[in-house]
Amino acid sequence: MEIRSKEFKQRSVFAIHDANLQTALGRARYGFVGKRALQVAELPEFERLREEAKNTKNHILDNLDHYLERYEAAVTAAGGHVHWARDAEEARKIILDICKRVDAKTVTKGKSMVSEEIGLNEALIENGMEVVETDLGEYIIQLAHEPPSHIIAPAVHKTKDQVSDLFEAAHGGPRKTEVPDLVNEARLVLRDKYFKADVGITGGNFLVAETGSSIIVTNEGNGDLTQTLAKVHIVTSGIERVVPTLDDATLFLRLLARSATGQETETYTTISTGPRRAEDLDGPEEYHVVLVDNGRSKMLAGRFKEMLRCIRCGACMNHCPVYGAVGGHAYGWVYPGPMGSVLTPLIKGLDNAYDLPNACTLNGRCASVCPVKIPLPDLLRELRHMQHQQDITPVMQKRALKVWRYVATRPKLYHALEQVGARFLSAIAKNGSIRRLPLASGWTDVRDLPAPAGRTFLELWQGKRGQK
Amino acid sequence: MTESPTRGPRVGLFATCLMNVFRPNVGFSAVKLLEDAGCTVEVPANQTCCGQPGYNSGDYDAARALARQVIEAFENYDYIVGPSGSCMATIRHDYPVLFQDDPVWLPRAQALSEKSWELLSFLADVLHAAPSDSRYEGTVTYHDSCSGLRGLGIKGQPRALLGEVDGLKLKEMEDSEVCCGFGGTFCVKYPEISEKMVEDKVRNVLATGADTLVGGDLGCLMNIAGRLKRVNAPVKVFHTAEVLAGLADGPGLAGAAKESE
Repeated sequence: MEIRSKEFKQRSVFAIHDANLQTALGRARYGFVGKRALQVAELPEFERLREEAKNTKNHILDNLDHYLERYEAAVTAAGGHVHWARDAEEARKIILDICKRVDAKTVTKGKSMVSEEIGLNEALIENGMEVVETDLGEYIIQLAHEPPSHIIAPAVHKTKDQVSDLFEAAHGGPRKTEVPDLVNEARLVLRDKYFKADVGITGGNFLVAETGSSIIVTNEGNGDLTQTLAKVHIVTSGIERVVPTLDDATLFLRLLARSATGQETETYTTISTGPRRAEDLDGPEEYHVVLVDNGRSKMLAGRFKEMLRCIRCGACMNHCPVYGAVGGHAYGWVYPGPMGSVLTPLIKGLDNAYDLPNACTLNGRCASVCPVKIPLPDLLRELRHMQHQQDITPVMQKRALKVWRYVATRPKLYHALEQVGARFLSAIAKNGSIRRLPLASGWTDVRDLPAPAGRTFLELWQGKRGQK
Repeated sequence: MTESPTRGPRVGLFATCLMNVFRPNVGFSAVKLLEDAGCTVEVPANQTCCGQPGYNSGDYDAARALARQVIEAFENYDYIVGPSGSCMATIRHDYPVLFQDDPVWLPRAQALSEKSWELLSFLADVLHAAPSDSRYEGTVTYHDSCSGLRGLGIKGQPRALLGEVDGLKLKEMEDSEVCCGFGGTFCVKYPEISEKMVEDKVRNVLATGADTLVGGDLGCLMNIAGRLKRVNAPVKVFHTAEVLAGLADGPGLAGAAKESE
């Protein structure tokens, strides 16, 4: 997927004025936040689990090579194949080669953010394959030719009416308007594709080192049909998703559903280990895992290591007031919201996503709900620091900071300027505030500027108490 | 220096930039509350800004220069107290981080960090003070500023203190913990997003029917007050300290909105 994060500003303004988007976002925001809060209230050990999950992830990341090797050995022992992809291009080639070798015509897909990250669909379609997204949300946006706007609810930006229109156009009507009817219509269309599929591609929420298993969670069961009915099952996953044992996986599963959709557990939690065995009634003939690095090992070595704890629950974006205002598409690449504002510059380049770390008030709500306690605001600030050091920060801003530093480190000068400012603003104010201030239109376009009283606190204090 | 045994702690008041320029009344309210609680209050003249604008803009060197200035101005006081969760969270949490590789300044930053307090949590958690005979006639709703709430755990203290004020009725708004869209330079760099956020905040404020909004950070309060004024909503805006000190008798931030034309 082409990165369009440089257009964040224009895209965010566009999003704010998109009435359908605002309707959809308003509904979704309150749904996810409220449901999560209820689940957390019912689980007294939730905070302890977050701490445990953070520590377990840190341990995994400190020993990632070890667990990945154990995982590979276990997958191989179960009859599967592990492929290592350094970047998006290598990952696409590995998957394309497998699909071409089995002469794939139809490829079904369960939800996988890594497949979005590596631009897989475009590559498969260019090579003449029919690609069918089977997650309902992914299916909707595939029909709309749009990228996902949320990592767990890809079509969260669509209203029901928009879905009715898309389905009518794609399936030939009659137009359905009720949610159960729409779901049934998609189910019937998709059912046929599962049986036709040559290759089924899924993500991997967790990769278990002790057993060589991949775990996916869904609410629709589409992942199960994708991975068991096709002849070949390919799992795409980031290298950081490995966990030592099934026991460890349960810790993260308890946090994931509650943090993501506000459920105790998702409807389906599916564990796959290797291809179909002789005694199995169904299952794929081949089982492949494509482990994607794509910038992750570089993160592992530096100050953004903590970002690799992410389990892709989406709680940060659900609780982010900026995401809530503009939706996911404004961010311009695969991962939106707070986690995306950290990941996108790291994977695609700091200068390709200048706005993402900056379009944040550092209010900290994301970090307060993150199930693995990633200090997202600190990481965003760290990216700003790198932008500043690498001269990606706009020249005007750097100049302003220099002037500010010069003045603010000279108390007498600073106070004198504050006094001038207070008097000036007080003089031009009407009825307690200022409606228009040419050099501060960023402020006054949106709100009045409350007027100062005229004299500063320090002036008045010195007058009253006569201190030096 | 000799101290008489009855004298309370010697507090250096951190006069935040916004308070100094836009709302001196908040400074005087802070002084009154601290003195009523037995503190000796001084306002060092060699102070300016805590450095947060530099830190959050990624200019760590500038932030360090300002931090050193604050440390030098305040390290001889028993406490450094300021009427802002945002500035005080910078001093408490960020100063030690800024100097983590500096063996000379790190201990000084840590020492200041440990005696730095946001005004209301200082009154409630350290001094266990209650506002004396203050009165406010009105229904008040409280906005939780993010830095104070999540950085310093300020939530119950201001509400408890407001509960002591005669005549004051507290009415909670929905999403009081959600950011108002100020965010320092964010509000002028991304004005459209900020507008959407403050619009949501204003809607929640108005839904309570409260006639007054209070909070602990002037940045947020100026943002919300400016927006209330822009949409002609007759809600008065004060810093919590002004209400507690009984000094919320003049016009609120952005003046009294016109009740009707």
